Amino acid sequence: MSADFYGPTEIWIIILALGIGTFFLRYSFLGLAGRRPLPEWALRYLRYTAVAVLPGLVAPLVLWPQATGGAPDPARLIAAAVTVLAGLATRNTLAAILGGFVSLYLALWLVG
Amino acid sequence: MTDRPSLSAAYWRGLRNGLPFMLVIVPFGTLFGVAATEAGLNVAEVMGFSILVIAGASQFTAVQLMNDHTPALLVILTSLAVNLRMAMYSASLAPHLGAAPRWQKALVAYFMIDQSFAVAAQDYERAPQQSLAEKLAYYAGACTPNCPTWYVATLAGALLGAAIPPEFALDFAVPVTFLAMIAPMLRSLPHLVAATVSVVAALAFSFLPSGLGVLVAAVLAMVAGARAETFLTRRAAR
Repeated sequence: MSADFYGPTEIWIIILALGIGTFFLRYSFLGLAGRRPLPEWALRYLRYTAVAVLPGLVAPLVLWPQATGGAPDPARLIAAAVTVLAGLATRNTLAAILGGFVSLYLALWLVG
Repeated sequence: MTDRPSLSAAYWRGLRNGLPFMLVIVPFGTLFGVAATEAGLNVAEVMGFSILVIAGASQFTAVQLMNDHTPALLVILTSLAVNLRMAMYSASLAPHLGAAPRWQKALVAYFMIDQSFAVAAQDYERAPQQSLAEKLAYYAGACTPNCPTWYVATLAGALLGAAIPPEFALDFAVPVTFLAMIAPMLRSLPHLVAATVSVVAALAFSFLPSGLGVLVAAVLAMVAGARAETFLTRRAAR
């Protein structure tokens, strides 16, 4: 449980710091009134931030799930694969989430 | 001066174009409420995330890292890294909205989510001759169905979360949601390169204190994606 580990003050510091930091990322170039366009090389790096962070975050969760104490679990691996394939095929986040959950429950029911 | 009818037309056009995204916001916000509650956060803290941060992917990132007992500073840094793309959104809206008064730009910034940015950028590119007021009205329209929905869906998830039994395997809701966000992002070879480097490096560096490995992997992946793009552009030019 994260609440026990951090305590209320630290949790609110995380929320506030993330909120303020995110606001300034959003405000940044709008605030400059568009006088200075972002150089092309900077845009090139920014384009890949989300796709650089999220896969690394999710990989250990898929391979070593908490619910099984970190042992790879066939049902969860199948669900992960179906989610990615559904997302690639439909380009639709919602369709991928649905596909992931349906396959997770099917696989849990079949493989246990 | 822009007259009122054209402003209200722009507002309703934005609302219509933003409406379909509610289908994503509702389940996504609910899942966040559930995941954050499962991680041990109380309703006020869960709502604090959705109201003050209002950026789904980074909120999921923070909750996941907190679940792993990552030091607070690393939680903040890694979650902010997920939101770096917002600076890119800001840069691309700046030529259209940069002339607005500061308080209006602050509101635009606060409500800047993937969906509001995507429809607004598309609309401004399609009709760049619109007045500033029309562009702002369109933006407000696009935010109307989505941003308040994010708060309500989160609250529903937070209240619901505690009542869902473990058989529903909601522990896996976070990975499924992340994967569902990532897959549609893999729209070019450089994106695929970045994602692959991110996965391999995160697993290779998983011995590092939690959160640090992901951050190192993210930097490597970002560089890999940008370099791959440069390489492919140069090759295509030849």
